[in-house]
Amino acid sequence: MFGPQNDPGSSFVNLLRRVGIEPFGVGDATSGVAPLTPHATTVLALRFDGGVVMAGDRRATMGNRISNREMEKLMPADRFSGVAISGSAGPAMDMIKVFQLQLEHFEKLDGRAISLEGKANQLSQLVRANLPAAMQGFGVYPIFAGYDLLRETGRLWDFDGTGGRYEERDFVATGSGGGVAGTVLKVGFRPAMPVEDAVTLACRALHEAADVDAATGGADALRGIYPVVATITKDGWMRRADDDLAPRFEAFRTEQRAILEGGAS
Amino acid sequence: MSQPFYVSPEQVMKDRADYARKGIARGRALVAVQYADGIVLVAENTSNTLRKISEIYDRIGFAGVGKYNEFDSLRRFGVRNADVKGYQYSRDDVEARSLANEYAQILGQTFTHEMKPLEVEILVAEVGFTQESDQLFHIMYDGTLVDEQGMSVLGGDAEAISARLSETWRKEDDLRAAVRGCVAALCGPDRTLGADDTEVAVLSRSNGRRCFRRLDDVEVSGFLA
Repeated sequence: MFGPQNDPGSSFVNLLRRVGIEPFGVGDATSGVAPLTPHATTVLALRFDGGVVMAGDRRATMGNRISNREMEKLMPADRFSGVAISGSAGPAMDMIKVFQLQLEHFEKLDGRAISLEGKANQLSQLVRANLPAAMQGFGVYPIFAGYDLLRETGRLWDFDGTGGRYEERDFVATGSGGGVAGTVLKVGFRPAMPVEDAVTLACRALHEAADVDAATGGADALRGIYPVVATITKDGWMRRADDDLAPRFEAFRTEQRAILEGGAS
Repeated sequence: MSQPFYVSPEQVMKDRADYARKGIARGRALVAVQYADGIVLVAENTSNTLRKISEIYDRIGFAGVGKYNEFDSLRRFGVRNADVKGYQYSRDDVEARSLANEYAQILGQTFTHEMKPLEVEILVAEVGFTQESDQLFHIMYDGTLVDEQGMSVLGGDAEAISARLSETWRKEDDLRAAVRGCVAALCGPDRTLGADDTEVAVLSRSNGRRCFRRLDDVEVSGFLA
Protein backbone atom coordinates (compact mmCIF):
# COMPACT_ATOMS: atom_id res chain seq x y z
CA MET A 1 0.00 0.00 0.00
CA PHE A 2 1.15 3.52 -0.73
CA GLY A 3 1.25 6.29 1.84
CA PRO A 4 -0.22 9.70 1.06
CA GLN A 5 3.26 10.98 0.08
CA ASN A 6 4.06 8.41 -2.58
CA ASP A 7 0.59 7.57 -3.83
CA PRO A 8 0.59 7.25 -7.65
CA GLY A 9 -2.99 8.55 -7.93
CA SER A 10 -5.31 7.23 -10.61
CA SER A 11 -2.62 6.91 -13.30
CA PHE A 12 -1.73 3.39 -14.32
CA VAL A 13 1.53 4.50 -15.95
CA ASN A 14 2.62 6.26 -12.75
CA LEU A 15 1.73 3.12 -10.85
CA LEU A 16 3.85 0.94 -13.18
CA ARG A 17 6.80 3.30 -12.70
CA ARG A 18 6.30 3.32 -8.93
CA VAL A 19 6.55 -0.47 -8.82
CA GLY A 20 9.61 -0.45 -11.09
CA ILE A 21 8.16 -1.22 -14.53
CA GLU A 22 8.97 1.17 -17.39
CA PRO A 23 6.31 0.66 -20.06
CA PHE A 24 8.19 2.41 -22.85
CA GLY A 25 11.78 1.49 -21.98
CA VAL A 26 13.99 1.70 -25.09
CA GLY A 27 17.41 1.77 -23.40
CA ASP A 28 20.07 3.97 -24.98
CA ALA A 29 20.46 2.33 -28.38
CA THR A 30 20.99 5.65 -30.11
CA SER A 31 23.22 4.53 -32.95
CA GLY A 32 23.06 1.92 -35.70
CA VAL A 33 20.31 0.98 -38.10
CA ALA A 34 16.85 0.32 -36.72
CA PRO A 35 15.99 -3.38 -37.01
CA LEU A 36 13.18 -4.28 -39.37
CA THR A 37 9.96 -4.61 -37.42
CA PRO A 38 6.37 -5.10 -38.53
CA HIS A 39 4.57 -1.93 -39.54
CA ALA A 40 0.87 -1.30 -39.61
CA THR A 41 -0.92 0.91 -42.11
CA THR A 42 -4.10 2.75 -43.10
CA VAL A 43 -6.50 3.44 -40.32
CA LEU A 44 -9.27 6.00 -40.44
CA ALA A 45 -12.22 7.49 -38.65
CA LEU A 46 -15.16 9.64 -39.71
CA ARG A 47 -18.18 11.19 -38.09
CA PHE A 48 -21.74 10.35 -38.93
CA ASP A 49 -25.12 11.28 -37.58
CA GLY A 50 -24.96 9.85 -34.05
CA GLY A 51 -21.32 8.93 -33.62
CA VAL A 52 -18.15 7.85 -35.37
CA VAL A 53 -17.08 5.03 -37.65
CA MET A 54 -13.54 3.69 -37.29
CA ALA A 55 -11.78 1.30 -39.65
CA GLY A 56 -8.40 -0.29 -40.14
CA ASP A 57 -6.95 -2.77 -42.62
CA ARG A 58 -5.40 -6.03 -41.41
CA ARG A 59 -1.98 -6.10 -43.05
CA ALA A 60 1.34 -5.73 -41.23
CA THR A 61 4.50 -5.49 -43.32
CA MET A 62 8.18 -5.91 -42.55
CA GLY A 63 10.08 -4.17 -45.33
CA ASN A 64 8.56 -5.57 -48.50
CA ARG A 65 7.26 -8.70 -46.85
CA ILE A 66 3.76 -9.23 -45.47
CA SER A 67 4.39 -10.30 -41.90
CA ASN A 68 0.79 -10.65 -40.80
CA ARG A 69 -2.54 -10.76 -42.66
CA GLU A 70 -4.85 -10.72 -39.68
CA MET A 71 -3.53 -8.02 -37.41
CA GLU A 72 -6.19 -5.98 -35.64
CA LYS A 73 -5.07 -2.38 -35.58
CA LEU A 74 -8.37 -1.04 -34.37
CA MET A 75 -9.48 -1.84 -30.87
CA PRO A 76 -11.98 -0.55 -28.35
CA ALA A 77 -10.25 1.69 -25.79
CA ASP A 78 -13.25 1.37 -23.52
CA ARG A 79 -17.02 1.20 -24.03
CA PHE A 80 -17.34 4.60 -25.71
CA SER A 81 -14.07 5.02 -27.57
CA GLY A 82 -11.72 3.26 -29.92
CA VAL A 83 -8.09 3.55 -30.85
CA ALA A 84 -6.47 2.65 -34.18
CA ILE A 85 -2.74 2.57 -34.77
CA SER A 86 -0.36 3.04 -37.63
CA GLY A 87 3.40 2.83 -37.30
CA SER A 88 5.61 0.29 -35.59
CA ALA A 89 3.43 -2.65 -34.55
CA GLY A 90 5.23 -3.80 -31.39
CA PRO A 91 5.31 -0.48 -29.52
CA ALA A 92 1.83 0.31 -30.87
CA MET A 93 0.31 -2.87 -29.45
CA ASP A 94 1.94 -2.22 -26.10
CA MET A 95 0.70 1.36 -26.18
CA ILE A 96 -2.88 0.25 -26.82
CA LYS A 97 -2.66 -2.25 -23.97
CA VAL A 98 -1.37 0.39 -21.55
CA PHE A 99 -3.97 2.86 -22.80
CA GLN A 100 -6.86 0.44 -22.32
CA LEU A 101 -5.61 -0.41 -18.86
CA GLN A 102 -5.15 3.24 -18.01
CA LEU A 103 -8.79 4.02 -18.82
CA GLU A 104 -10.09 1.01 -16.92
CA HIS A 105 -7.75 1.67 -13.99
CA PHE A 106 -8.92 5.26 -13.64
CA GLU A 107 -12.54 4.20 -13.91
CA LYS A 108 -12.16 1.65 -11.14
CA LEU A 109 -10.13 3.85 -8.78
CA ASP A 110 -12.20 7.00 -9.22
CA GLY A 111 -15.55 5.33 -9.76
CA ARG A 112 -16.25 7.14 -13.04
CA ALA A 113 -14.89 7.14 -16.58
CA ILE A 114 -12.52 9.85 -17.86
CA SER A 115 -14.12 12.42 -20.20
CA LEU A 116 -13.54 11.81 -23.92
CA GLU A 117 -11.15 14.73 -24.16
CA GLY A 118 -9.33 13.44 -21.09
CA LYS A 119 -8.87 10.08 -22.81
CA ALA A 120 -7.40 11.77 -25.90
CA ASN A 121 -5.07 13.70 -23.64
CA GLN A 122 -3.98 10.49 -21.91
CA LEU A 123 -3.17 8.90 -25.26
CA SER A 124 -1.17 11.94 -26.31
CA GLN A 125 0.96 11.55 -23.19
CA LEU A 126 1.63 7.91 -24.08
CA VAL A 127 2.66 8.90 -27.62
CA ARG A 128 4.99 11.53 -26.20
CA ALA A 129 6.52 8.96 -23.82
CA ASN A 130 7.32 6.91 -26.93
CA LEU A 131 9.25 9.78 -28.54
CA PRO A 132 12.75 8.30 -27.91
CA ALA A 133 11.61 5.15 -29.74
CA ALA A 134 10.06 7.24 -32.52
CA MET A 135 13.47 8.92 -33.01
CA GLN A 136 14.91 5.47 -33.66
CA GLY A 137 12.26 4.63 -36.21
CA PHE A 138 9.66 2.97 -33.98
CA GLY A 139 7.06 5.68 -34.11
CA VAL A 140 3.40 5.12 -33.27
CA TYR A 141 0.75 7.31 -34.87
CA PRO A 142 -2.69 6.56 -33.46
CA ILE A 143 -6.17 7.80 -34.20
CA PHE A 144 -8.53 8.16 -31.30
CA ALA A 145 -12.29 8.53 -31.67
CA GLY A 146 -15.32 8.09 -29.52
CA TYR A 147 -18.72 9.23 -28.47
CA ASP A 148 -18.68 12.23 -26.13
CA LEU A 149 -21.46 11.56 -23.63
CA LEU A 150 -21.33 15.14 -22.30
CA ARG A 151 -21.67 16.81 -25.70
CA GLU A 152 -23.68 13.97 -27.27
CA THR A 153 -21.63 13.79 -30.42
CA GLY A 154 -18.85 11.76 -32.02
CA ARG A 155 -15.35 13.26 -31.89
CA LEU A 156 -12.01 12.25 -33.37
CA TRP A 157 -8.33 13.03 -33.00
CA ASP A 158 -5.03 12.19 -34.63
CA PHE A 159 -1.54 12.49 -33.17
CA ASP A 160 1.97 13.17 -34.34
CA GLY A 161 5.09 11.43 -33.03
CA THR A 162 5.71 14.04 -30.35
CA GLY A 163 2.32 13.56 -28.75
CA GLY A 164 0.77 16.51 -30.60
CA ARG A 165 -2.98 16.07 -30.42
CA TYR A 166 -5.19 17.41 -33.18
CA GLU A 167 -8.93 17.26 -33.08
CA GLU A 168 -10.36 16.82 -36.57
CA ARG A 169 -13.74 18.12 -37.54
CA ASP A 170 -15.14 15.32 -39.71
CA PHE A 171 -12.68 12.62 -40.75
CA VAL A 172 -9.07 11.53 -40.53
CA ALA A 173 -6.87 8.83 -42.06
CA THR A 174 -3.23 7.96 -41.31
CA GLY A 175 -0.63 5.37 -42.23
CA SER A 176 1.07 4.71 -45.54
CA GLY A 177 -2.30 4.49 -47.31
CA GLY A 178 -3.68 7.43 -45.35
CA GLY A 179 -3.26 9.88 -48.21
CA VAL A 180 -5.43 7.89 -50.59
CA ALA A 181 -7.95 6.97 -47.89
CA GLY A 182 -8.14 10.60 -46.76
CA THR A 183 -8.92 11.76 -50.30
CA VAL A 184 -11.69 9.18 -50.67
CA LEU A 185 -13.17 10.33 -47.36
CA LYS A 186 -12.86 13.97 -48.37
CA VAL A 187 -14.71 13.42 -51.63
CA GLY A 188 -17.38 11.15 -50.17
CA PHE A 189 -18.02 12.84 -46.85
CA ARG A 190 -21.37 14.54 -46.19
CA PRO A 191 -22.35 16.20 -42.90
CA ALA A 192 -24.63 14.05 -40.70
CA MET A 193 -24.40 11.01 -42.96
CA PRO A 194 -26.54 7.97 -42.11
CA VAL A 195 -24.52 5.28 -40.39
CA GLU A 196 -24.70 2.74 -43.25
CA ASP A 197 -23.37 5.29 -45.75
CA ALA A 198 -20.53 6.12 -43.38
CA VAL A 199 -19.60 2.43 -43.02
CA THR A 200 -19.62 2.00 -46.79
CA LEU A 201 -17.48 5.11 -47.22
CA ALA A 202 -14.96 3.81 -44.67
CA CYS A 203 -14.79 0.50 -46.56
CA ARG A 204 -14.40 2.34 -49.86
CA ALA A 205 -11.50 4.39 -48.47
CA LEU A 206 -9.71 1.22 -47.33
CA HIS A 207 -10.45 -0.49 -50.64
CA GLU A 208 -8.93 2.36 -52.66
CA ALA A 209 -5.94 2.65 -50.30
CA ALA A 210 -5.24 -1.08 -50.67
CA ASP A 211 -5.44 -0.69 -54.45
CA VAL A 212 -2.58 1.84 -54.43
CA ASP A 213 -0.55 1.15 -51.29
CA ALA A 214 1.31 -2.17 -51.11
CA ALA A 215 1.46 -2.01 -47.33
CA THR A 216 -2.32 -1.86 -46.97
CA GLY A 217 -4.37 -5.03 -47.18
CA GLY A 218 -7.77 -5.01 -48.87
CA ALA A 219 -10.63 -7.40 -48.26
CA ASP A 220 -9.28 -10.93 -48.69
CA ALA A 221 -12.33 -12.90 -49.84
CA LEU A 222 -10.23 -16.02 -50.45
CA ARG A 223 -9.13 -16.30 -46.83
CA GLY A 224 -12.21 -14.56 -45.45
CA ILE A 225 -10.21 -11.72 -43.91
CA TYR A 226 -11.96 -8.35 -43.83
CA PRO A 227 -10.90 -5.02 -42.33
CA VAL A 228 -11.95 -4.15 -38.80
CA VAL A 229 -14.81 -1.66 -38.93
CA ALA A 230 -16.66 -0.42 -35.85
CA THR A 231 -19.21 2.21 -34.95
CA ILE A 232 -19.26 4.08 -31.65
CA THR A 233 -22.55 5.68 -30.65
CA LYS A 234 -24.39 6.52 -27.46
CA ASP A 235 -24.87 2.77 -27.08
CA GLY A 236 -21.14 2.18 -27.18
CA TRP A 237 -18.67 0.29 -29.32
CA MET A 238 -20.06 -2.10 -31.92
CA ARG A 239 -17.81 -4.01 -34.32
CA ARG A 240 -19.27 -4.80 -37.73
CA ALA A 241 -19.38 -8.50 -38.59
CA ASP A 242 -17.51 -9.81 -41.63
CA ASP A 243 -20.86 -10.85 -43.11
CA ASP A 244 -21.91 -7.22 -43.00
CA LEU A 245 -18.72 -5.99 -44.69
CA ALA A 246 -18.27 -8.67 -47.36
CA PRO A 247 -21.16 -7.52 -49.64
CA ARG A 248 -19.85 -3.93 -49.58
CA PHE A 249 -16.42 -4.99 -50.83
CA GLU A 250 -18.04 -7.34 -53.33
CA ALA A 251 -20.04 -4.38 -54.66
CA PHE A 252 -16.83 -2.35 -55.17
CA ARG A 253 -15.34 -5.22 -57.13
CA THR A 254 -18.46 -5.68 -59.25
CA GLU A 255 -18.51 -1.99 -60.02
CA GLN A 256 -14.83 -1.99 -60.95
CA ARG A 257 -15.21 -5.11 -63.11
CA ALA A 258 -18.05 -3.46 -65.02
CA ILE A 259 -15.94 -0.38 -65.66
CA LEU A 260 -12.97 -2.43 -66.82
CA GLU A 261 -15.13 -4.47 -69.20
CA GLY A 262 -16.53 -1.21 -70.58
CA GLY A 263 -20.05 -2.25 -69.67
CA ALA A 264 -20.68 0.32 -67.00
CA SER A 265 -24.07 1.90 -67.21
CA MET B 1 13.21 6.59 33.96
CA SER B 2 9.71 5.41 34.52
CA GLN B 3 8.98 1.75 34.07
CA PRO B 4 6.02 1.03 31.75
CA PHE B 5 3.24 -0.98 33.31
CA TYR B 6 3.22 -4.63 32.37
CA VAL B 7 0.24 -5.58 30.23
CA SER B 8 -0.12 -9.20 29.23
CA PRO B 9 -0.16 -9.94 25.47
CA GLU B 10 -3.58 -11.52 25.89
CA GLN B 11 -4.90 -8.27 27.29
CA VAL B 12 -3.30 -6.20 24.50
CA MET B 13 -4.84 -8.36 21.80
CA LYS B 14 -8.21 -8.42 23.52
CA ASP B 15 -8.23 -4.63 23.82
CA ARG B 16 -7.35 -4.19 20.18
CA ALA B 17 -9.95 -6.69 19.08
CA ASP B 18 -12.62 -4.99 21.21
CA TYR B 19 -11.64 -1.65 19.75
CA ALA B 20 -11.87 -2.91 16.17
CA ARG B 21 -15.14 -4.76 16.78
CA LYS B 22 -16.72 -1.68 18.31
CA GLY B 23 -15.71 0.41 15.33
CA ILE B 24 -17.11 -2.13 12.88
CA ALA B 25 -20.35 -2.63 14.81
CA ARG B 26 -21.09 1.11 14.57
CA GLY B 27 -21.41 0.84 10.77
CA ARG B 28 -24.15 -0.87 8.81
CA ALA B 29 -23.95 -4.40 7.55
CA LEU B 30 -23.44 -5.93 4.14
CA VAL B 31 -24.29 -9.30 2.65
CA ALA B 32 -23.18 -11.25 -0.39
CA VAL B 33 -24.82 -14.37 -1.75
CA GLN B 34 -24.54 -16.63 -4.75
CA TYR B 35 -27.47 -16.57 -7.14
CA ALA B 36 -28.11 -18.44 -10.38
CA ASP B 37 -26.01 -16.14 -12.58
CA GLY B 38 -23.25 -15.12 -10.19
CA ILE B 39 -22.86 -13.27 -6.92
CA VAL B 40 -24.95 -10.38 -5.64
CA LEU B 41 -23.67 -7.95 -3.02
CA VAL B 42 -26.09 -5.82 -1.03
CA ALA B 43 -25.10 -3.15 1.49
CA GLU B 44 -27.11 -0.86 3.67
CA ASN B 45 -25.74 2.50 2.57
CA THR B 46 -27.51 5.84 2.59
CA SER B 47 -24.81 7.57 0.55
CA ASN B 48 -25.12 7.62 -3.21
CA THR B 49 -21.50 8.53 -3.79
CA LEU B 50 -19.38 6.82 -1.13
CA ARG B 51 -19.37 3.19 -2.11
CA LYS B 52 -18.96 0.09 0.00
CA ILE B 53 -19.02 -2.27 -2.96
CA SER B 54 -16.77 -1.94 -6.00
CA GLU B 55 -14.99 -3.60 -8.87
CA ILE B 56 -11.45 -4.92 -8.55
CA TYR B 57 -11.00 -6.84 -11.79
CA ASP B 58 -12.85 -8.71 -14.51
CA ARG B 59 -14.34 -11.35 -12.20
CA ILE B 60 -13.46 -9.93 -8.80
CA GLY B 61 -15.47 -7.61 -6.58
CA PHE B 62 -14.68 -5.95 -3.28
CA ALA B 63 -16.87 -4.99 -0.35
CA GLY B 64 -15.98 -3.39 2.94
CA VAL B 65 -17.68 -2.31 6.14
CA GLY B 66 -16.39 -0.21 9.00
CA LYS B 67 -14.26 2.89 8.63
CA TYR B 68 -14.61 4.22 5.07
CA ASN B 69 -11.13 5.67 4.58
CA GLU B 70 -9.55 2.44 5.78
CA PHE B 71 -11.43 0.00 3.56
CA ASP B 72 -11.21 2.40 0.63
CA SER B 73 -7.42 2.42 0.79
CA LEU B 74 -7.55 -1.39 0.87
CA ARG B 75 -9.80 -1.28 -2.20
CA ARG B 76 -7.34 0.96 -4.05
CA PHE B 77 -4.54 -1.42 -3.12
CA GLY B 78 -6.58 -4.27 -4.61
CA VAL B 79 -7.27 -2.51 -7.91
CA ARG B 80 -3.61 -1.58 -8.30
CA ASN B 81 -2.37 -5.00 -7.36
CA ALA B 82 -4.74 -6.68 -9.81
CA ASP B 83 -4.08 -4.28 -12.72
CA VAL B 84 -0.30 -4.56 -12.41
CA LYS B 85 -0.51 -8.34 -12.18
CA GLY B 86 -2.78 -8.53 -15.22
CA TYR B 87 -0.37 -6.30 -17.15
CA GLN B 88 2.72 -8.30 -16.22
CA TYR B 89 1.21 -11.76 -16.63
CA SER B 90 -2.24 -12.24 -18.13
CA ARG B 91 -5.80 -11.33 -17.23
CA ASP B 92 -6.35 -15.02 -16.41
CA ASP B 93 -3.66 -14.89 -13.74
CA VAL B 94 -5.50 -12.39 -11.56
CA GLU B 95 -7.48 -14.28 -8.95
CA ALA B 96 -9.27 -13.59 -5.70
CA ARG B 97 -7.40 -16.11 -3.56
CA SER B 98 -3.99 -14.47 -3.79
CA LEU B 99 -5.50 -11.03 -3.32
CA ALA B 100 -7.40 -12.25 -0.24
CA ASN B 101 -4.11 -13.58 1.14
CA GLU B 102 -2.44 -10.22 0.61
CA TYR B 103 -5.28 -8.49 2.40
CA ALA B 104 -5.04 -10.98 5.27
CA GLN B 105 -1.33 -10.18 5.56
CA ILE B 106 -1.93 -6.42 5.62
CA LEU B 107 -4.73 -6.62 8.18
CA GLY B 108 -2.82 -9.13 10.31
CA GLN B 109 0.36 -7.03 10.27
CA THR B 110 -1.54 -3.89 11.15
CA PHE B 111 -3.40 -5.65 13.94
CA THR B 112 -0.25 -6.90 15.68
CA HIS B 113 2.24 -4.14 14.91
CA GLU B 114 0.37 -0.87 14.80
CA MET B 115 -1.08 1.24 17.60
CA LYS B 116 -4.54 0.93 16.16
CA PRO B 117 -6.02 -2.00 14.25
CA LEU B 118 -7.97 -1.32 11.06
CA GLU B 119 -11.66 -1.05 11.93
CA VAL B 120 -12.82 -2.94 8.85
CA GLU B 121 -14.10 -6.24 7.62
CA ILE B 122 -13.75 -6.90 3.92
CA LEU B 123 -14.99 -9.36 1.36
CA VAL B 124 -13.25 -10.42 -1.84
CA ALA B 125 -15.65 -12.19 -4.19
CA GLU B 126 -14.80 -13.93 -7.44
CA VAL B 127 -17.41 -15.16 -9.84
CA GLY B 128 -16.38 -18.41 -11.52
CA PHE B 129 -17.29 -19.76 -14.93
CA THR B 130 -19.63 -22.14 -13.11
CA GLN B 131 -21.43 -21.70 -9.83
CA GLU B 132 -19.22 -24.35 -8.22
CA SER B 133 -16.14 -22.20 -8.78
CA ASP B 134 -17.53 -18.99 -7.23
CA GLN B 135 -15.45 -17.83 -4.28
CA LEU B 136 -16.17 -15.63 -1.27
CA PHE B 137 -13.27 -14.64 0.98
CA HIS B 138 -14.17 -12.87 4.20
CA ILE B 139 -11.27 -11.14 5.93
CA MET B 140 -11.57 -9.86 9.51
CA TYR B 141 -9.92 -6.86 11.17
CA ASP B 142 -7.17 -9.13 12.62
CA GLY B 143 -6.31 -10.82 9.33
CA THR B 144 -8.40 -13.93 9.88
CA LEU B 145 -9.29 -15.23 6.43
CA VAL B 146 -12.43 -17.32 5.94
CA ASP B 147 -13.39 -19.05 2.71
CA GLU B 148 -17.18 -18.86 2.90
CA GLN B 149 -19.69 -21.09 1.17
CA GLY B 150 -22.53 -19.48 -0.72
CA MET B 151 -23.21 -16.51 1.53
CA SER B 152 -21.31 -14.04 3.63
CA VAL B 153 -22.35 -11.38 6.13
CA LEU B 154 -20.10 -8.51 7.18
CA GLY B 155 -20.46 -5.91 9.89
CA GLY B 156 -22.44 -5.36 13.06
CA ASP B 157 -25.26 -7.72 13.98
CA ALA B 158 -23.84 -10.32 11.59
CA GLU B 159 -25.19 -13.31 13.53
CA ALA B 160 -28.81 -12.21 13.43
CA ILE B 161 -28.58 -11.24 9.76
CA SER B 162 -26.88 -14.49 8.91
CA ALA B 163 -29.60 -16.47 10.70
CA ARG B 164 -32.33 -14.64 8.77
CA LEU B 165 -30.51 -14.96 5.46
CA SER B 166 -29.85 -18.67 5.74
CA GLU B 167 -33.58 -19.30 6.12
CA THR B 168 -34.46 -17.74 2.77
CA TRP B 169 -31.35 -18.02 0.61
CA ARG B 170 -31.12 -20.60 -2.17
CA LYS B 171 -28.29 -20.57 -4.67
CA GLU B 172 -30.70 -21.31 -7.55
CA ASP B 173 -32.56 -18.02 -6.95
CA ASP B 174 -32.83 -15.47 -9.72
CA LEU B 175 -31.51 -11.94 -9.15
CA ARG B 176 -34.83 -10.53 -8.00
CA ALA B 177 -35.35 -13.19 -5.35
CA ALA B 178 -31.72 -12.91 -4.21
CA VAL B 179 -31.91 -9.11 -3.80
CA ARG B 180 -35.22 -9.34 -1.94
CA GLY B 181 -33.81 -12.00 0.38
CA CYS B 182 -30.68 -9.97 1.10
CA VAL B 183 -32.58 -6.76 1.81
CA ALA B 184 -35.08 -8.58 4.06
CA ALA B 185 -32.22 -10.17 5.99
CA LEU B 186 -30.41 -6.83 6.38
CA CYS B 187 -33.39 -4.91 7.74
CA GLY B 188 -35.04 -7.61 9.87
CA PRO B 189 -38.72 -7.85 10.76
CA ASP B 190 -39.05 -4.44 12.44
CA ARG B 191 -38.20 -2.04 9.64
CA THR B 192 -37.97 -1.76 5.85
CA LEU B 193 -35.22 -0.61 3.52
CA GLY B 194 -35.84 1.13 0.19
CA ALA B 195 -33.63 1.46 -2.86
CA ASP B 196 -32.32 4.79 -1.48
CA ASP B 197 -30.87 3.08 1.57
CA THR B 198 -29.22 0.21 -0.25
CA GLU B 199 -26.28 -0.28 -2.54
CA VAL B 200 -26.52 -3.29 -4.82
CA ALA B 201 -24.04 -4.71 -7.32
CA VAL B 202 -23.58 -8.02 -9.07
CA LEU B 203 -20.74 -10.08 -10.43
CA SER B 204 -22.64 -11.66 -13.25
CA ARG B 205 -21.47 -14.46 -15.52
CA SER B 206 -23.47 -12.98 -18.40
CA ASN B 207 -22.01 -9.47 -18.26
CA GLY B 208 -19.11 -9.96 -20.69
CA ARG B 209 -15.46 -9.60 -19.70
CA ARG B 210 -16.10 -7.23 -16.84
CA CYS B 211 -18.61 -9.12 -14.70
CA PHE B 212 -19.16 -6.30 -12.21
CA ARG B 213 -22.28 -4.20 -12.60
CA ARG B 214 -24.00 -1.74 -10.28
CA LEU B 215 -27.78 -1.80 -10.09
CA ASP B 216 -29.34 1.65 -10.06
CA ASP B 217 -32.13 2.72 -7.73
CA VAL B 218 -34.79 2.19 -10.40
CA GLU B 219 -33.79 -1.42 -10.92
CA VAL B 220 -33.51 -2.10 -7.19
CA SER B 221 -36.88 -0.56 -6.37
CA GLY B 222 -38.34 -2.67 -9.19
CA PHE B 223 -37.03 -5.77 -7.43
CA LEU B 224 -38.24 -4.65 -4.01
CA ALA B 225 -41.73 -3.64 -5.15
